[in-house]
Formats: sequence, C-alpha cells, structure tokens
Amino acid sequence: MIPAAFEYHRPADIPAALAILDEHGDDARVIAGGHSLIPMMKLRMADIEHLIDLQDISELQGITVSGAEVTIGAMTTQHDLINNADVARVAPIMHEAALQIADPQVRYMGTVGGNVANGDPGNDMPGLMQCLGATFHLVGSGGERAVAARDYYEAAYMTDREDDEILTKITFTAPEGGYAYEKQKRKIGDYATAACAAIVQMDGGTCTSASIAMTNLSDTPIFSEEAGEALVGTACDKAAIEAAVAAATGAIDPAEDNRGPVDFKMHVAATIIRRAIERAVSRA
Amino acid sequence: MGKQHYQINVNGEAKDVLAEPRELLIHTLREQLELTGPHIGCETSHCGACTVDIDGKSVKSCTVFTAQVAGKDITTIEGLGSPDGMHVLQEKFREHHGLQCGYCTPGMITRAHRLLQENPSPTEEEVRFGMAGNLCRCTGYQNIVKSILAAAAEMNAAKEAAE
Repeated sequence: MIPAAFEYHRPADIPAALAILDEHGDDARVIAGGHSLIPMMKLRMADIEHLIDLQDISELQGITVSGAEVTIGAMTTQHDLINNADVARVAPIMHEAALQIADPQVRYMGTVGGNVANGDPGNDMPGLMQCLGATFHLVGSGGERAVAARDYYEAAYMTDREDDEILTKITFTAPEGGYAYEKQKRKIGDYATAACAAIVQMDGGTCTSASIAMTNLSDTPIFSEEAGEALVGTACDKAAIEAAVAAATGAIDPAEDNRGPVDFKMHVAATIIRRAIERAVSRA
Repeated sequence: MGKQHYQINVNGEAKDVLAEPRELLIHTLREQLELTGPHIGCETSHCGACTVDIDGKSVKSCTVFTAQVAGKDITTIEGLGSPDGMHVLQEKFREHHGLQCGYCTPGMITRAHRLLQENPSPTEEEVRFGMAGNLCRCTGYQNIVKSILAAAAEMNAAKEAAE
C-alpha cells in the first residue's frame, strides 16, 4: 500500500511549522509518530498534499514533573512515558494506560500528542485526559491558548483544534487517591471494545472525590460527572458502585461495529467500568 | 515533490538513497538496498515482520517514511548476524525450533534483540509482553519464547565470563 504523493516538510521550530500550515491551509497536516496518520494515508483515507514532520521541534519534547504539576510535550512517545519514573510515581494511571496501548513497536513511535489531538475515539489517552481533567495547549498564528480536555472533543475526528493550530503540550495536576485504567480489547494492537479510567479518593472510609471517564464507547471520549457523584459521600459499597456504573453507562452511546453489537458493548462497558471503579477503590 | 536524496545509515554503512517522500522505509530497504530480511507481512502495522531497529527503537518499517529516518541509524536482521556468523538469537531460534516457515523470524529476532538490550534478564511474561507486536502464524509462540530466554541466558553467561 503506497500513499498518494505529498511534499515533505521538516521545520526546526514552531514558527516555521506554523508558517507552512498558514501557507497550505487544510492541504497540510502535521505528523508526530505517524502511527495513526500513515495507515490512513496508505489506505488513502487521508489525502495530504503537505506533510509537516514535527520531530525536529525541541519545544514539543520532554516531560516535566514539578510537585504534582505534570507537563508532557506533545512529541513524547508512549515508550518515553512508560519509562519515565516521575510519571509512574505521581501519575501511575498514565503509566498503566500507556502500557495498554497497541504493542511495543507502536509505543516507540506513537506520541501522546498525536493520540490526544487527532480525535480518534478509539485512542486511549483522550479518555484518560477526561478523567485527569487535563489541559491541552495549542499554538496557532493567532497565538497560544489552552483548552480543557473535557471541552476539546466534538465528534469522531472533530476537535476544537483549528486547522492552523498545533497541540504543543498537555498539563495536569497529578491526582490523589486510587486509580485504574481498565481496557477490554479483542487482541493486542486493537482499540478498546470498552475502556474506563477511574480515580477515587477515600477519607476515613468515605469517598471524597471520584472521576470516571470512558474510551471508545461514543464518538468522543466520555466524562461522566454523574458517575463520580454517585460515589462521593458513600463507602463505595456494592450499591454505590452499581449506581455509578448505571450513571456511566447512561452517558455512553456505542455504535455497532466489528467489535460487536450495541447490546454486547453495553454489557462489556458495564463490566469494565465496574472493574475500574472497584480496583481504584481497592487502591485508594 | 519528486525524488529526494536521503542519507541513512544502514547496518553501519552510510547510504544515499533517492526516494519520493511517500516511499516507506520497508520498500527502500528491500527494493533499493536489497536487504530482503525485513519482510512485508500485513502492511498494516500489526504483524511485525518488517521490524527494524532505528536509533535504538524497534520500528515497523511499513509504517515510517524513509524521509522521516534521514540521518538515523538503522539495523536490519542482516546487521545482526550472517550465515557464517550467526547472532546468539539466531542460533537459539534454530536450536529451539523457534521458527517453522521463517517468515516472521527476521522481525522476531530484530525485536528480541532490542528487548534484550533493554531488559537482559526478562521473565517469560516480560518476553511475551515485549514480543506482543510480532505475530507468528505457524509454529506458535512457545518455542519463540524459549529461544529468546535461552539467548538471554547465553548472552548473560558470556558477559559474566568476559568480566
């Protein structure tokens, strides 16, 4: 499979990349690790005249952990993330989720920025970012701006990012409490049939805060505020967890595809959400 | 955009290749440099038969453009061993019947090489997790895992003997 011809650009810094985006508009696309985009180009589902490779832009690289504040450069690969001891220590949910993405070869190349930016509902990081309440930082010819991850996704492959903008980094405050990223997939390398990120804080046997978000169960990642509210103030007993699962499954709208019919997906989703909450509670 | 010159270092040799930006690395390796060890299996980033090492990373060369790897160091199975001087992994795959048809083997060994660089004494579970991006459709994985564990043991013994 050979993609259609394109012009290849490798700018050295952000202004140079933005200039190319400005010049070519929606005929241009940025490429990070390429493990979502290149398969789409090979299938000729993405037709790109100008490909802008971001690998030489040092401002997009690197992970910084300062206290509980975490900054992840867009070009950070899943492999970098997994091997970063500071991330594993302050945000183990991110370490746990990254290990469940694709396979080793893909994780060496696939980036966190690409995973959150392209709007593929199958990607795992967007759901995780809902759970963490992360912030995405974008830069365009009009300057820089920050968007809450929970406001970024509009529909499948449709996001708040404008054609002339580049996602530069992700920031979040590392959460306290127990965590879990649970994912059901048909095989290594497949996207989730259902996945759920859960963070639960307990104090003296009572839940003080909870954040529940889901992957690949709608055309965007889903954050369920109601599911979290169903746990807060309870001991996270069976009844409370079932109420949270009911709230979370009430917020999703899975579509039938080769991973199964809607009824099956709702069943798998409930099981995965329940497991994620139970495991987060057990670690809280 | 027509063909461009790209400088890549393959198995320790600097190569100047002329390719369109849309040329995938696997095609440059196989068709221009006649390195036919890396295989084209699925062409969809799943099977791992095209795995090569790029600057210390295992990469599926069907999912990277040659333009993206200009200036980088690439190692293919041809750079790991030869019929007269096999790599320990190659010897162990032969000894433990870690292959049947052999189609997936260059990718398996190139990936296993990197895995053992990063984790010289993996557990069986770590080998299975680390090899999850390589598919074998005939012999099954039991003997592949055995071959890699045996290679790790031999490489560690050789390292100890050298110290």
